[in-house]
Amino acid sequence: MSATDATGDTPDSPAGNASSDPSGELPDEVLDCLGQRCPLPVIALARRLPELPVGTVIRVLADDPAAAVDIPAWCRMRGQEFLGSHPGPTYHIRRTH
Amino acid sequence: MPTEAIAWADVTSSPVYLDAATAAPLHPVARQALLAALDDGWADPDRLYSQARRARQLLDAAREATAETLGVRPDELSFTASGTNAAHTAVLGGLRGRRRAGRVLVHSAIEHSAVLHAAEQHVAGGGAAVEVPVDRLGRLDLDAWSSAVTGAQVASAALIAASHEVGTVQPVEAAAAACARAGVPLYVDAAQLVGRVPVPPGWSVLTASARKWGGPPGVGLLVVRKGTRWESPWPTDERESGRTPGTLNLPAVVAAAASLRAAAADAAAQAARLSGLVDRIRARVAAEVPDVEVVGDPEHRLPHLVTFSCLYVDGEALLHALDRRGFAVSSGSSCTSSTLRPSHVLEAMGVLSHGNVRVSLHAGSTEADVERFLTELPGIVADLRRQAGVTGL
Repeated sequence: MSATDATGDTPDSPAGNASSDPSGELPDEVLDCLGQRCPLPVIALARRLPELPVGTVIRVLADDPAAAVDIPAWCRMRGQEFLGSHPGPTYHIRRTH
Repeated sequence: MPTEAIAWADVTSSPVYLDAATAAPLHPVARQALLAALDDGWADPDRLYSQARRARQLLDAAREATAETLGVRPDELSFTASGTNAAHTAVLGGLRGRRRAGRVLVHSAIEHSAVLHAAEQHVAGGGAAVEVPVDRLGRLDLDAWSSAVTGAQVASAALIAASHEVGTVQPVEAAAAACARAGVPLYVDAAQLVGRVPVPPGWSVLTASARKWGGPPGVGLLVVRKGTRWESPWPTDERESGRTPGTLNLPAVVAAAASLRAAAADAAAQAARLSGLVDRIRARVAAEVPDVEVVGDPEHRLPHLVTFSCLYVDGEALLHALDRRGFAVSSGSSCTSSTLRPSHVLEAMGVLSHGNVRVSLHAGSTEADVERFLTELPGIVADLRRQAGVTGL
């Protein structure tokens, strides 16, 4: 959407976080899904996360624009913790159960 | 006696057409009126001979009938070359008419792309736009809307009456009241409401599209209420009160007006019937397709439209699989769009965008159509998941 957003109220979009680490935590593992079309990055995340110990933070690299919507939505549907995103584009997720 | 589906021509008999929110099949009344008007309404209504007078009579009658259905004055209504053209004209004309007040357009995040494209052009030309968010059900954030329309330099505001993608009905009256307090005219895109459900009051400019109610493609409606500061953004032309230039497709306008009257007469009964079928789709899809997210407001919604997303399923593959089984639906998934971006509506709501299906019913949709879809969908989704190796994830 190219319309300017003077309210700045778009909590679900990748925020303009200046930090290089969106969650403030170092990831334990990086999942490279660059070049993959949705739903492939979400499928890769769904395959890998349950193999890691509870509490693990995973960083997903995914440049498909749908990942910005679908990775947080997957975390919500699966009860996993979405820690944040960063224009990179990278997404941090913690396995919570 | 319960309302029955209208007996349409063969369009809907074998393949099941479930994309009325894009274009409903031509209403039987539209077909009759179109054929009659092709013989009678080909002349230019602005000329001074008998054929032209006949065309003028048809145009005047179409305008009066349509205005009466909408509850507006005939001189407030202009026909346009499409719903998209009506939306562009509404947005740009509202901004032009209030350019002394400022150059800011306020709009929701879930407007139709026609409205957003007009907003983009306005911004590219030095104007500004403020986008107001929605919640996870697709409901406008009224507090953010109220503060946005009371901001400095606001020329006009645009709100879709109900989401064409997820069906969530918007708080038009409350949004209009906020606009009235701020002295900002409100444009309402009523494309999914006209001919189906009553349009809430309070707006200054309204648009609709004939193919959404079973009229022919290529006819839009633009209503500008008396006293609204609005100025056509197009080069001067005397037709349609100077609001939109070019010769109208008069036979299509006549067919649009006739079918709107027919659709409106039957609207309440059809809305009740289709709403029950949508309730059934919402419940059965959620219960019988694993890992599915049925999106949009389950109560404050359009009667005929439902959207859901299937986890791990490619939207384009799902559309093709449904098409092979004879089901016509649309999708907001990125892989089904020319831009390869997910639907801005699903994005604004923060709901799953892949594996997305929008089902929209029309007055010819039958219970049997819906049952067949509901019976086949779980197997189609399961097959796609099995082929992709994502079962049990």
